[in-house]
Amino acid sequence: MSPYLTSLLAIVKREALRFIHQRERFIAALVRPLVWLLVFAAGFRAALGLSIIPPYQTYITYETYIVPGLCGMILLFNGMQSSLSLVYDREMGSMKLLLTSPLPRWWLLFCKLVGSTAISVLQVYTFLAIAAAFGITMPLFGYLTALPALVVAGIMLGALGLLLSSFIKQLENFAGVMNFVIFPMFFLSSALYPLWKMAESSVLLYTICAVNPFTHAVELIRFALYLSFNGSALGWVILATLVFTLAALWGYNPARSGAGKRG
Amino acid sequence: MIFKKLSALSTIACMLLSTAAGAGEIWVTNEKDDTVSVIDTDTLEVIQTYETGERPRGITFSKDFSRVYICASDSDAVQVIDPNTGKILHDLPSGEDPEQFVLHPDDTHLYIANEDDAITTVVNTQTRKVVAQIDVGVEPEGMAVSPDGKIAITTSETTNMAHWINTETQELFANTLVDSRPRHAEFAKDGAEMWVSSEIGGTLTIFDTANQSEKAKISFEVQGVHQDRVQPVGFEFTNGDTHAFVALGPSNHIAVVNAETFEVEDYILVGRRVWHMAFNADKSQLFTTNGVSGDVTVIDVASRKALKSIKVGRFPWGAAFRPSP
Repeated sequence: MSPYLTSLLAIVKREALRFIHQRERFIAALVRPLVWLLVFAAGFRAALGLSIIPPYQTYITYETYIVPGLCGMILLFNGMQSSLSLVYDREMGSMKLLLTSPLPRWWLLFCKLVGSTAISVLQVYTFLAIAAAFGITMPLFGYLTALPALVVAGIMLGALGLLLSSFIKQLENFAGVMNFVIFPMFFLSSALYPLWKMAESSVLLYTICAVNPFTHAVELIRFALYLSFNGSALGWVILATLVFTLAALWGYNPARSGAGKRG
Repeated sequence: MIFKKLSALSTIACMLLSTAAGAGEIWVTNEKDDTVSVIDTDTLEVIQTYETGERPRGITFSKDFSRVYICASDSDAVQVIDPNTGKILHDLPSGEDPEQFVLHPDDTHLYIANEDDAITTVVNTQTRKVVAQIDVGVEPEGMAVSPDGKIAITTSETTNMAHWINTETQELFANTLVDSRPRHAEFAKDGAEMWVSSEIGGTLTIFDTANQSEKAKISFEVQGVHQDRVQPVGFEFTNGDTHAFVALGPSNHIAVVNAETFEVEDYILVGRRVWHMAFNADKSQLFTTNGVSGDVTVIDVASRKALKSIKVGRFPWGAAFRPSP
């Protein structure tokens, strides 16, 4: 077996094992979006009126609107969780061991990305199944067409996690990620409210939302769930993935990174 | 690419299904535009808009679909239109402010509710003459006729009654109380039952036609919507009269009622202030008129899901189906 494939399988297996052994993490990752869906959305369904916007062809409840955003939320938190685990690995030394492998660094990071995205996508489908059990359903084919969108969005957010992990030197700093990355990214996006509604209150906020890569990840998932293709969202997501990946590779450069220096 | 292919596949599937269902048109009166919009039941798009008299509301087709009758309320006329050309052929003497009407199974007599005059006018569509005028309660609106044509019903909004008319003598033979502001009436189960919706009362009352006694009453409760906004108006029955789809006005929902158990089984979100509705040929799709949002929502009857909302004119009110010419 090619050493590339061996390393890919090994890293994905390690991610899967970590996932299986941390059931609490899996449940916690599901509870968060479910609370939003079943509590927050129920409270706001009467307050927030939605007009018909693509890809929807008719009126939808608020619960239905936020499902793609909550799928994005799972991917976002998992991407960040993955970055947290990288920081932990680096502190504990296992990351150092991994990076001393003769395989190219970019390949190792790519394997890590694939592993964490696979776990994220699995969690998204579990969330969609629970939502369906509560009567919040998408078109049947939509669950299939959403897969590539979820993978692309998952890789983008995973790449962002990698980038952050290359700059965070200590585990304690992760709280900063929550405050300065996750919350702004999530709330300044189309996950919870359509952008036209944001434009009504502030054009500046609308502009920030419109350039937020997370908005485009959510829209890509939203359109895919409704059997539609959003080319511009895909373009934005691919561009952001490239930028985050290249920056992460630069961040993990042994000549620059803390890991390299300590190693 | 895969999106496009799947999308194309589902479109083809939809087209095949709708072709099997039988092509047709839904005609929708637009109360504030003085127009009628024609929707193709295959493509779910507006294919034609015709001008009508002022404030068109009630709409129905003749048995052979060669004529469409429209209540032009503010023109004080029932207009007869050629559906193939959209041309207004002539007016019928309708009495003042006709709002709703029903065509007798003999395809000749129209029973028209005259809201301002508290009367029901019976017009012969062939001779274009008024046959009878029957005194009913204040602000008559809902109209129905039994399948055998022997009984006509007028509901009066302010008197809160269903008035039972013997169509042979053109006289009232019974009056039954219903909840506040009755809006619409329909016979079900081969005429054995008569259903009346009460807008302010928020209920549907079901009568036994044989003795005009109340058989059941149905209330509605839409999650997250204040009870004052749950106002039943138009309703229609599915094949075999197993279920009734009921428009709940400003609650923006359609209720699905089991016509055997009289239980509400489902609520479907549609546009704002849903008023009346019409089925397609095989009753697989339901088209609801949403007045405030100015659109028509298409519901898949089997899955009870809203498929699409189609923009029409301002304040769509009534709807009627005809097969494609």
